[in-house]
Amino acid sequence: MSVLEKTLVGSRRYWLWIACLLLVALAGFLYYLRQLSQGLVITGLSRDVSWGLYVAQFTFFVGIAASAVTVVLPYYLHDCKQFARVTLLGELLAISAVTMSMLFIVVDLGQPARILNVLLHPQPQSVMFWDMIALGGYLLINLVLARSALNVAHEHISPPAWIRTLSIVSIPWAISIHTVTAFLYSGLPGRTYWLTAILAPRFLASAFSSGPALLILLCFVARKLTHFDVGREAIHKLAVIVAYATAINIFFLLTEVFTAFYSEIPDHEVAFAYLFVGMGGDHHLVPWMWLSFLLTLFALSLLLVPKWRTDSRLLIVACLSVFVSIWLEKGLGLIVGGFVPSPLGAITRYSPTLAEWGIVCGIWAIGALVTTALYKITFSVWEEN
Amino acid sequence: MKDRPFIVAGLAVFLVFVTAPVWRSLATPRITLAAPQIKSPVQEKLCVAPVSYMRTSHMQLLDEWRESVVRTGQRKYVAYNGKVYEKSLTQTCLGCHGSQKEFCERCHSYSGVSTLTCWNCHSDAPQVSRNLP
Amino acid sequence: MKMTRKGFLQLSGLSLIAIAAKKMGARKMLRGAAGGSASEKREKTARWGMVIDLQKCRQKEGCNRCIKACHSAHNVPQFADRADEVKWVWKQPFEEVFPFGQTQYTRELNAGLPVLLMCNHCDDPPCTDVCPVNATWRTDDGVVTIDFHRCIGCRYCMAACPYGSRSFNWQDPRAAIPTVNSDFPTRSKGVVEKCNFCEERLARKLAPLCVEACEEKALVFGDLEQPDSEIRKLLRSRFAVQRKPELGTGPSVYYLI
Repeated sequence: MSVLEKTLVGSRRYWLWIACLLLVALAGFLYYLRQLSQGLVITGLSRDVSWGLYVAQFTFFVGIAASAVTVVLPYYLHDCKQFARVTLLGELLAISAVTMSMLFIVVDLGQPARILNVLLHPQPQSVMFWDMIALGGYLLINLVLARSALNVAHEHISPPAWIRTLSIVSIPWAISIHTVTAFLYSGLPGRTYWLTAILAPRFLASAFSSGPALLILLCFVARKLTHFDVGREAIHKLAVIVAYATAINIFFLLTEVFTAFYSEIPDHEVAFAYLFVGMGGDHHLVPWMWLSFLLTLFALSLLLVPKWRTDSRLLIVACLSVFVSIWLEKGLGLIVGGFVPSPLGAITRYSPTLAEWGIVCGIWAIGALVTTALYKITFSVWEEN
Repeated sequence: MKDRPFIVAGLAVFLVFVTAPVWRSLATPRITLAAPQIKSPVQEKLCVAPVSYMRTSHMQLLDEWRESVVRTGQRKYVAYNGKVYEKSLTQTCLGCHGSQKEFCERCHSYSGVSTLTCWNCHSDAPQVSRNLP
Repeated sequence: MKMTRKGFLQLSGLSLIAIAAKKMGARKMLRGAAGGSASEKREKTARWGMVIDLQKCRQKEGCNRCIKACHSAHNVPQFADRADEVKWVWKQPFEEVFPFGQTQYTRELNAGLPVLLMCNHCDDPPCTDVCPVNATWRTDDGVVTIDFHRCIGCRYCMAACPYGSRSFNWQDPRAAIPTVNSDFPTRSKGVVEKCNFCEERLARKLAPLCVEACEEKALVFGDLEQPDSEIRKLLRSRFAVQRKPELGTGPSVYYLI
């Protein structure tokens, strides 16, 4: 209980940040009240594009949550001592990422009051059932691990033996949460953009690229605002992970493009054509998809050259580029590409409305609040020692 | 000691919230304390189940009807007296009781029992009513 | 025994979870038995299906009798904005429904031929597989049906349907229903809906409304499992196609081109 009190002690800057986040969260909540009252008609969704920003954000942040494995695995399985501090930060980030994912699902529901039906009437043949199990379990695992780690640091006790076992369990579990999320899409016979075996590997690659990138950025913020330093070596190792994952992600994208366009099967080509060239007079996503692609190439070039990768400012630019690029690809392109063209060939334009953005920003703010609170506790406990 | 203003303020806010049901209902005079007036159906004298059971458990019965009609397609209900009814909220229940405004809402608003969401979808007054005086 | 504040809170939290779980479990067991029902079993006719004769359908240009009959009886809302539209049965041009009608050599024959579309009531529906709460399932007699009380509005079924047969209520539909038929419920906002093969009429041994409304008798409805039913005779005499058969969904709706 006392570690939580650390979130109530802070500088002016800290409280200003909290106040801003609370305001954004409040705005999102008010927009959500409007959505509860009027229905999802206040979003830009339609009969043809029935999933949009909410589900896309859910997918993206499950990826961020899964990326904790990129620090947990080296630390626990390969005794990578440099990751001693950053591992906890990764697990805490996973907690806020899973929380955000779950909130995105809740706001996407047409009848959220009935959400307990998922528990009251479980359906093992539905991938969504397993996604709930996987995400719920992962949240629980990380909460237990985080609480234990913070108590160990705060009360100067030795870590219990089961922490290692649970951390190792979290490794395949992290892989499974993002695989199951990919399976939500890749088993649907009518959605050709998603009906590909490589969707799950693509999800993992983009998660291991964007997640550690975010973690690196957070470490830089921590170093700037507090005295908490995860260490140069940890950041360098993370940067290498981002480099490899980004390269693999681009490779996977190109293999998809090859299959679609060399086979010239219309059903396989159309989604890519809509997203990257435009179709039926609708080109509004084209610049964003190309921006995503160019950003990731740009980021890769920065990350491949050791001299640039080890330069803090260039690394920050690269991480920001990777994060934005994958956000555009997964947090926007992926979902719309599955729905346009529709099963009957219709091109329906999807643009999120202001209310939709408001709710999304509100959930981002809640995620930032959770991250801030958890990191604040960590830094305070560390500074005490 | 310097927290006292916050504590007092917090207590005041809490008191306002916890007594809200009292002062909110005092502010809206439309609800009286008189017992709800319900007209009994004229043509049918017996309900699908004894009145005492319906008073305590009509919601359970409606749930069972819903599950069996929607999920197993069994639309006929054999009542305690052997009579067979069609399981229908609008046609059977309101066929005798008139409309939700004349019947259901009388007791439900009096006792403040949760908003009846049935009528978001189900028709709250059948075209033909057997409750003709 | 001395208990810390933290220990007390943990114990309370775990107790609350245990009580809630027990309550949910008990409730589920109570609901298991739907007592009091008549012992009348649903007649197990094996499989409802429909054949749509496109040439007969195109006889009367601009005819929408089937759509009007269905939508008015079932309180299907009419929205001006195409994005919000809810439809159980509708028409689209041949080229958009059947890809093999799209080549420049075959286009002339059937260009613009209206094709009546509805839920295909598949034998192996992908939509029922994905529902996380079993709000939609395939009945014993082949109707893919929806429990509007249970639907949480996640729209996974809409993503799973390869035919675009399902609609969602983005807002309260009542204001957009021209005339409410009080013999049939409406739906609320936040749930998915689609053609139900007139299940409520099948229970009374009546044909679906669209079949009845068609003056050209373009729609033939019947039991696909009965070898001497009208629908089976028709399928034996004329070549019929289904929408996207390669997906393995097994549609029950056939088209005579």
